Amino acid sequence: MPELSYREAVRDALSQAMRNDEDVFIMGEDIAEMGGSMGVTQGMLEEFGPDRVRNTPISEMAIVGSGIGAAIQGMRPVVEVMYEDFLTISMEQIVNQAAKHRYMSGGQLKVPLTIRTQGGAGWSPGAQHAQQVEAWFVGVPGLKVVFASTPSDVRGLLWSAIYDDNPVIFFEHRTLYGLKEELAEEIEPIPIGQARVHRQGEDVTVVATGRLVHEALAAAEEAGQQGVSVEVVDPRTLQPLDEDAIVASVKKTNRCVVAHEAVTRMGFGAEVAAVVQHQAFDWLDAPVERVGAKFTPLPFAPVMEEYVVPHATDVLEAIQKTVQRDGSS
Amino acid sequence: MAQTLRVPGSHELRRVIGDGEAIPDGEVEGLEERDLLELYRSMVLLRTYDERSVVFHRQGRVGTYAIFWNHEAMQAGSAYALERGDWIFPSYRESAIGLLRGMPVSTVLSWWRGHPSGWWNPLDYNVASICVPIGTHVPHAAGLAWGKKLRGESGCAIAYFGDGATSEGSFHEGANFAGVMRAPLILFCNNNQWAISTPLAAQTAAETLADKAVGYGIPGVRVDGGDVLAVFEATREAVARARAGDGPTFIEAVSYRTAPHATADDPRAYIDLERVEEEKARECLGRYEAYLQRAGVLSDELAEATRAEAAEALRSGIAAAEAEPPADVALLFEHAYAAPPASFAAELAELRELLDG
Ligand SMILES: Cc1ncc(C[n+]2csc(CCOP(=O)(O)OP(=O)(O)O)c2C)c(N)n1
Ligand SMILES: [Mg+2]
Repeated sequence: MPELSYREAVRDALSQAMRNDEDVFIMGEDIAEMGGSMGVTQGMLEEFGPDRVRNTPISEMAIVGSGIGAAIQGMRPVVEVMYEDFLTISMEQIVNQAAKHRYMSGGQLKVPLTIRTQGGAGWSPGAQHAQQVEAWFVGVPGLKVVFASTPSDVRGLLWSAIYDDNPVIFFEHRTLYGLKEELAEEIEPIPIGQARVHRQGEDVTVVATGRLVHEALAAAEEAGQQGVSVEVVDPRTLQPLDEDAIVASVKKTNRCVVAHEAVTRMGFGAEVAAVVQHQAFDWLDAPVERVGAKFTPLPFAPVMEEYVVPHATDVLEAIQKTVQRDGSS
Repeated sequence: MAQTLRVPGSHELRRVIGDGEAIPDGEVEGLEERDLLELYRSMVLLRTYDERSVVFHRQGRVGTYAIFWNHEAMQAGSAYALERGDWIFPSYRESAIGLLRGMPVSTVLSWWRGHPSGWWNPLDYNVASICVPIGTHVPHAAGLAWGKKLRGESGCAIAYFGDGATSEGSFHEGANFAGVMRAPLILFCNNNQWAISTPLAAQTAAETLADKAVGYGIPGVRVDGGDVLAVFEATREAVARARAGDGPTFIEAVSYRTAPHATADDPRAYIDLERVEEEKARECLGRYEAYLQRAGVLSDELAEATRAEAAEALRSGIAAAEAEPPADVALLFEHAYAAPPASFAAELAELRELLDG
């Protein structure tokens, strides 16, 4: 089994789909000769040529919009928006168009478009260059939202996204590209809408996404040494959300922490907390704790950025808060 | 008001500086020796800032840095045609243009160091903050310029952006707005022929970027971006037009990006290295120096003294930037709103507890 990085796993899914299927192509800024700003598509121009690995002008609206045009004709485009901050520029195409075409055509049109993007803190590029904006999209009916945290997940989910007949926004986290894992040659598709239990535990469930999955796993190790057994669940797909998996886990552990890098307030974690309190109210021994970024724009200063976004220590602290509360009273 | 718009593709590159051989040197009316040397000082300061910044980056003293080597003529030439009250909207490529308005070197270095003392007050210098998303500031500049017109002020605004930025909707909408409102705006395109790895030919099918001006009903000019005097002259005309109420001008300054896009970029995968070497050989500062020498304006001693002065400004600038005390974490919550919401106090208290504990 070859060892693939998260970056190579994304490339592998794209390449295998393109070898398999003439309808799949990729386009975006600087993805051809340069192989993308994160090196994800390196070497693909040589294999597939400029018609299928399309370098575009700097036009995020047209990148997504023309992807919609291709998709309604039966193609399966995978478009790349270089930084998720710049999804803002393609927002009309995503929210009003890609998400609504099927509905507004009475189900007759489909938009099998995948929008890949990446972002995240950890390299201190400032307020307009490292945001985590996945929560802006989960509330848009018609869209699917994926956020994968490991090489196997990113490969299997990207495959499913490409072959999903709905528009999918596919988030990658910048700091994960180097992460390695042994993967089988053959891609095993991972169904969209299925959570993954990374680690079994008895006392607390941590529902984490993206980079925070790894922070949660580190926190779980630490908690284990303190005698607290932590289960880590990665929803992997934020929309649709695998509520059953989350609720089942919380019914087992009776405590829940939600962790993501995006801001805590008004964040995706609030939805998870609502689902948990509604479906597992009688099982909860403590309020659901939320871990996320402080509610302020990302600072440019490296030390300051560290303070704003959450780390394993923040997850550990939240775990401790939930167990310190005595559920028997 | 009648305007003659050029036929697409017909724009010739304006130049003033000759090549010391077949092409004779020209002159810019009204520029005196003092002005010529001021332009020279500006270019040397920018060049020195840029070269030192690349070194500072390698030494870990500034973060990722957008190199502007060979762009100094465009920046210095255009800025010199403005008055202090005119607004500058830079892109990251013009990060140090504030130096030409008296901004301390340490301020710009601090900006790239991610230190709060790098926040210049745009209102002090009439130099706007830099936006990361490409082209996004063009409408800001259009709005500010339009406002000047509505208030009956004579000031104007200049927006700097790259060739790649002309593909963004915000460029198009901003330019169109300014055209319709006849806003006193100079759209200054630094056409260095690359947008990271994307060459101009992959950015537009237009023969020249200046052709786009036709569609906005505004004049488009093409100028040799390596010729500081031609840039100055073209900008001065655009400023005069703006002040006269005749609306915006699009200036396409044609140059070449000889350096990587930024310190984090490795252009070897896409760029034509031979061409880079050719362009380096005719870089803008050397061309201007040769011009000044031919004109008998610049002696070796003066050139040496000017460079030494700039080197000293950088030496003391980095020292001052590095002497800044570390920022207090309270800053994280101080500037997001005019009046911080209650949640900020709670989060700050939490943070302080964490840092003290
Ligand atoms: C909206 C947006 N899309 C993409 C990027 C990524 N990006 C940063 S610089 C750049 C190239 C810009 O090229 P150009 O406008 O020619 O300016 P230059 O860098 O050559 O000065 C790109 C695509 C960005 N910053 N903003
Ligand atoms: Mg450019």
